Amino acid sequence: MDFEDTREEAEFRAECRAWLEANASERAPGSEVGMSARDNETVERAQAWQAKKADAGWACITWPREYGGRGATRIQGSIWNQEEARFETPPNLFLIGQGMLGPTLMAHGTEAQQTRYLEKMLRGEEIWCQLFSEPGAGSDLAALRTRAEQDGDAWVINGQKIWTTGAQYSRWGMIVTRTSPGAVKHKGITYFIVDMHAPGVEVRPIKQINGGSSFNEVFFSDVRVPAENMIGRVNEGWRGAITTLMNERAAIGGGGMGGGVDTLVRLAQQVPIDGRPALEDAGVRQRIARLYIRQRGVQLAGLRSLTALSRGETPGPDLSIGKLVGAPLRQEMAAFALELLGPMGAVDDDAVGDRLWQQAYLGAPGGRIAGGTDEIMRNIISERVLGLPPETRVDKHVAFEDVPTGRKS
Amino acid sequence: MNFDFDDDQKALQRAVREYLERESPLSECRRVLEGEARYSETVWRGAAEMGWLGTAIPERYGGAGLGALELALVAEEVGRALAPIPFASSIYLVSEALLQLGSEAQKERYLPQLAAGTCIGAFALQEGPGHGNGQALATVLKDGAITGDKQPVLDGDVAGLYVVACRVGDQPRLALVGAGEGVKATPVACIDGSRALARLQLSGAQAELLGDGGDAAAIEHLLDRAATLMAFEQLGGADQAFAITREYVLDRYVFGRPVGSFQAIKHRLADLFVDISLARSNSYYAAWALAGSADELPVAAAAARAAASDAFDLAASEMVHMHGGIGFTWEADAQLFYKRAKLLALTLGSPTHWRDRLTLRLARESAA
Ligand SMILES: Cc1cc2nc3c(=O)[nH]c(=O)nc-3n(C[C@H](O)[C@H](O)[C@H](O)COP(=O)(O)OP(=O)(O)OC[C@H]3O[C@@H](n4cnc5c(N)ncnc54)[C@H](O)[C@@H]3O)c2cc1C
Repeated sequence: MDFEDTREEAEFRAECRAWLEANASERAPGSEVGMSARDNETVERAQAWQAKKADAGWACITWPREYGGRGATRIQGSIWNQEEARFETPPNLFLIGQGMLGPTLMAHGTEAQQTRYLEKMLRGEEIWCQLFSEPGAGSDLAALRTRAEQDGDAWVINGQKIWTTGAQYSRWGMIVTRTSPGAVKHKGITYFIVDMHAPGVEVRPIKQINGGSSFNEVFFSDVRVPAENMIGRVNEGWRGAITTLMNERAAIGGGGMGGGVDTLVRLAQQVPIDGRPALEDAGVRQRIARLYIRQRGVQLAGLRSLTALSRGETPGPDLSIGKLVGAPLRQEMAAFALELLGPMGAVDDDAVGDRLWQQAYLGAPGGRIAGGTDEIMRNIISERVLGLPPETRVDKHVAFEDVPTGRKS
Repeated sequence: MNFDFDDDQKALQRAVREYLERESPLSECRRVLEGEARYSETVWRGAAEMGWLGTAIPERYGGAGLGALELALVAEEVGRALAPIPFASSIYLVSEALLQLGSEAQKERYLPQLAAGTCIGAFALQEGPGHGNGQALATVLKDGAITGDKQPVLDGDVAGLYVVACRVGDQPRLALVGAGEGVKATPVACIDGSRALARLQLSGAQAELLGDGGDAAAIEHLLDRAATLMAFEQLGGADQAFAITREYVLDRYVFGRPVGSFQAIKHRLADLFVDISLARSNSYYAAWALAGSADELPVAAAAARAAASDAFDLAASEMVHMHGGIGFTWEADAQLFYKRAKLLALTLGSPTHWRDRLTLRLARESAA
């Protein structure tokens, strides 16, 4: 066991850092990398940064060389991520593509699809979105109703997707559709690559709790998709969708903890309670300790599963706990920071302060819903990891068209 | 970077586990709980013969000369088996204290006996209710004689050697005291009857400083070391409580379904699994810091200890609860876990105490 870098790792880290120092400036403590863009200018900045990395061989470094990666190990990938996180970079608009859809194409796509899409995805030239959820299908994703029907050598898509992050600036989407409503739920689903600029695709932004609009509704009216854009086989799309979801949990699990416990400790040293620093309050110290243990615990669990993965073991349970711990933790941490600020915690104004914790608080509930809610994570852990019985299902042996879905009023 | 134990270490752990499954089943813990014996002499002798007591004691003092990582894994297995032996007292506390602070003569004299299990050590810090960290002690060492009233002392009435926290003048120090005149150890009943607690009354007993006696920082460092090893013992216990509970909820049917098929139960077990896993990650990090004497130890040990205490406590109370009525009986094994978890969480200071230390240490780092 060694939590320090080996000599080769230290050299690699130095190499990463040297390039980053020459090309970016250090991030202010407490700030974090964004995941969405409010305007075109931000999208362009993000793409420029991604292209710069790609030119220097620092984009998706764990990807195989044939797609533009450098075939780096997972540990090297994690070293790069740690180092990049220390620098001020534009928002990462590529995570859904590079972290989830790219790996799905590598596993289930045709060679022609891999050649056509992966390198541009890596370079950030084309941004991707994930068209999974619908008004009646989220946790129960297989309840999706968006139809795809064959017409000659194309498929015609009709229906609605919702909560689609980044659809407004995406060039491509990966969409799960229903192709066989008479089959049981999971058996009639087909997975496609869809051109977001195709006629009949309409994207409408949705305003969120935090005032931003990173996600959208997307409507499909007679959108034609060539048959070559199918991922895997007709009616067998669920397998590919599962690959995407597994990668999603891994990709967002360990993610962003910008305003972490160290920032909270500094806050507690500064803000007063009855004229003394809040940190002198024993109750405050208890809460900080509990938050720290969870934050450090998920970080270390992530590093542990990295060791297992780099030995060729299958992803361990530790991977699936990252999201379940990390998302509520962010929310609790932000809520506690606002409490420490007292009434000033309610001030969410650029002219007064950095709004770090206010924005974290308003954004945090989304993390507990996106990519599988807390409850779905607990189901996954209890069933797949602990081997407890699956939920009782009433929709298992019934044709999909006979299953109730969505809201009833 | 490598965040796992190596193959030799895992092989050692497997060997310890297999031995304890055979020689220290839960019935052995129950035998001590229900009988007159204060600990299991057969398991203790076995542990000595297998060389585990001296895991981290250098070979020149009769040990196996392995390190803190190996000792941590032995501790995990002792915890998993709920082995009713004075392992923590004699090994993580007294042997470690000698190794850290003892003079050469003291090490030569005592470590071989501790490694062989012929002498049991106990660590006497507390002086009644509250949390001791070596400050403001009433026990006094003067002119080679020590006087004080220590309670509770884990394994105090089975020990032949004590490391006693005391003061010399107004300075906190550690002293070595052997059994003899002026040393009176009286058994006191423990919340976990499978382990021995005692009151240690010292009235002018012969004592010597442990090495140069250390200071407040040295005492705190010793407690950090012991806390890390104790965290592994707690992890072992938590894992086992969890495993038994999981099997029970799969086996027991209610409303025509296994208890473990209800979401209320599934989600609580998922949360418990997560807590144990986070405690494990924090503990691995602390073990690494311990083995390498890293500067990270104070923060890592406090985090590991608080997390592992809470995880074992929760695992044990969920174990009782998810067994239903049978869980509340004397007959069921759940009680063994419920009691051991609480004893271990309180020994060396409660999780509340360690959380407080943790944040104070984080603040110190942040200021540095
Ligand atoms: C910020 C954000 C970004 C998103 N980005 C995308 C995206 O890019 N692409 C995309 O396709 N989707 C995206 N989503 C959608 C997301 O995947 C779904 O919102 C999520 O899976 C929940 O589905 P739902 O909204 O239909 O809620 P529902 O499934 O209706 O859930 C409602 C409540 O019921 C609970 N519940 C549901 N099933 C169970 C069960 N079996 N047991 C216990 N409780 C249950 C849920 O936990 C939740 O609390 C995003 C969502 C958010 C918030």
